[in-house]
Amino acid sequence: MSDNIISIKDLRFGYGNRELHKGINMQFPRGKVSAIMGGSGSGKTTILRLIGGQIKPTAGQVSVDGTIVHQQDREGIYRLRRKMGMLFQHGALFSDLSVFENVAFPMREHTDLPENIIKDLVLLKLNAVGLRGAAYLMPTELSGGMARRVALARAIALDPDIIMYDEPFAGLDPISMAVICDLIRTLNDALGATSIIVTHDVAETFSFADYVYFIADGVVAAEGTPKQLMTSKLPFIKQFIHGEKDGPVPFHYNAPSLNSDLGL
Amino acid sequence: MKTLFNFFEKLGNSITSRVLRLGAATRLIFLIFVYSGDSFKRIHLTIREVYFTGVMSLVIIVVSAFFVGMVLGLQGYYTLQKYGSSEAIGVLVALALVRELGPVVTALLFAGRAGTAITAEIGLMKATEQLSAMEMMAVSPIARIIAPRFWAGVIAMPILASIFSMVGVLGGYVVAVPIIGVDEGAFWSQMQANVDFNFDIMSGLIKSLVFGVACTIIALFEGFDAPPTAEGVSRATTRTVVTSSLAILALDFVLTSFMISG
Ligand SMILES: Nc1ncnc2c1ncn2[C@@H]1O[C@H](COP(=O)(O)OP(=O)(O)O)[C@@H](O)[C@H]1O
Ligand SMILES: [Mg+2]
Repeated sequence: MSDNIISIKDLRFGYGNRELHKGINMQFPRGKVSAIMGGSGSGKTTILRLIGGQIKPTAGQVSVDGTIVHQQDREGIYRLRRKMGMLFQHGALFSDLSVFENVAFPMREHTDLPENIIKDLVLLKLNAVGLRGAAYLMPTELSGGMARRVALARAIALDPDIIMYDEPFAGLDPISMAVICDLIRTLNDALGATSIIVTHDVAETFSFADYVYFIADGVVAAEGTPKQLMTSKLPFIKQFIHGEKDGPVPFHYNAPSLNSDLGL
Repeated sequence: MKTLFNFFEKLGNSITSRVLRLGAATRLIFLIFVYSGDSFKRIHLTIREVYFTGVMSLVIIVVSAFFVGMVLGLQGYYTLQKYGSSEAIGVLVALALVRELGPVVTALLFAGRAGTAITAEIGLMKATEQLSAMEMMAVSPIARIIAPRFWAGVIAMPILASIFSMVGVLGGYVVAVPIIGVDEGAFWSQMQANVDFNFDIMSGLIKSLVFGVACTIIALFEGFDAPPTAEGVSRATTRTVVTSSLAILALDFVLTSFMISG
């Protein structure tokens, strides 16, 4: 078995006529935390959806554990998805179920475990994210950070081999952010899982990721360990990491010159 | 010339998008049937939805039915007494309710109450990525969310329509007998003698079953197809009411003409 649990080869994909990914290559080694970074709309979430088989590439392939995702039928894709846990951008908790039932959901759907075992497992998962005490609250009663942690507990309910995080830090206060960072690393190592994080938060990601991919204009613009990237001379990477507003990614959206627009 | 081209282009786009939506709706119906086996294995999901949709619409249906029945009593009496046949008021009220008003008004109220709630709920689940999350957990949202709500609507509608007709008859009775003073025996016996089970009651039930399928499919499809934004969901909710109402009235005409000619 290869030591890359997921590999993406020459992946091309677009919505409608607009090509979003123009030949992407990425490897995600087992047991590591890898990050995919890039500006908003650069197609990061779409890569996760391609890995999960929710959409099919127009060319190239994604393989998970040696299986090519888009060649699978529904059964096959569902089998692959049972190895994956995904944390959605805003948690995506089921609003009509309590915290407990949200975490129990995948167990009830995919196992025949008796009720008392489900209860113990759910409480253990909630304990891992520090929210055992919130088990009987409804999702609407949770703060953004708590909702994200519950969603994380739900994502790891069936001890997945792969955990994917879509913008886990977006909209969180610094304390919740630190908690989530810590959880991602701890859960990855405790479960022996492989984690993929999609984000545009440079500082947090660089503090704990093993490997980072930058995508821009539909291709991998740069890759490496956080250390390598910090010293990168590429103008785009420098602009992104240091958050400069103008650079290779322009501040102004394409427009005719200001003079001509103002009729001067 | 250019405006003419623009006109045809717009017309073409609007027709294509409608046809595409119709195709998508047909596909959804097909998928619901494919996945229904899965959802029947967990019948409690459907029962729960029957309870929710039924209970949600019950109050408004009972209250409306009572008023509709009373109005029928008044109007019917006013016309019938001119011909000296005011004891036929019971038949008139019962037939109007069982054959037409019960199924139609129930369906219209159902579309406004339960239909909009279904669209908003599904649309919001989509907008907040709950449906995607379910997909990623290898659970089909069609089996878990859509199909149970479909069957619940199909089951609830005939029950609600029957309740509507019964309460409506009661409303007609209250106006005709205690208030106006029509003979009680005549009111009930004429009704019993002239309402036919096969023709009148069954045709009403068939209508409400068809309306149940139409209303629920429209509500589910609009929610499922809504753009995942607040505005998208609110537009979809409005469309549910408009489309369902038109569908109910059009289907009512078609069904009635078949029933009367057949
Ligand atoms: N279902 C869809 N249909 C059409 N366009 C989409 C869809 N989902 C995303 N897009 C577009 O694709 C682009 C990339 O989306 P996404 O992968 O979500 O980017 P990111 O996560 O990097 O911000 C965006 O411009 C978005 O508008
Ligand atoms: Mg995204």
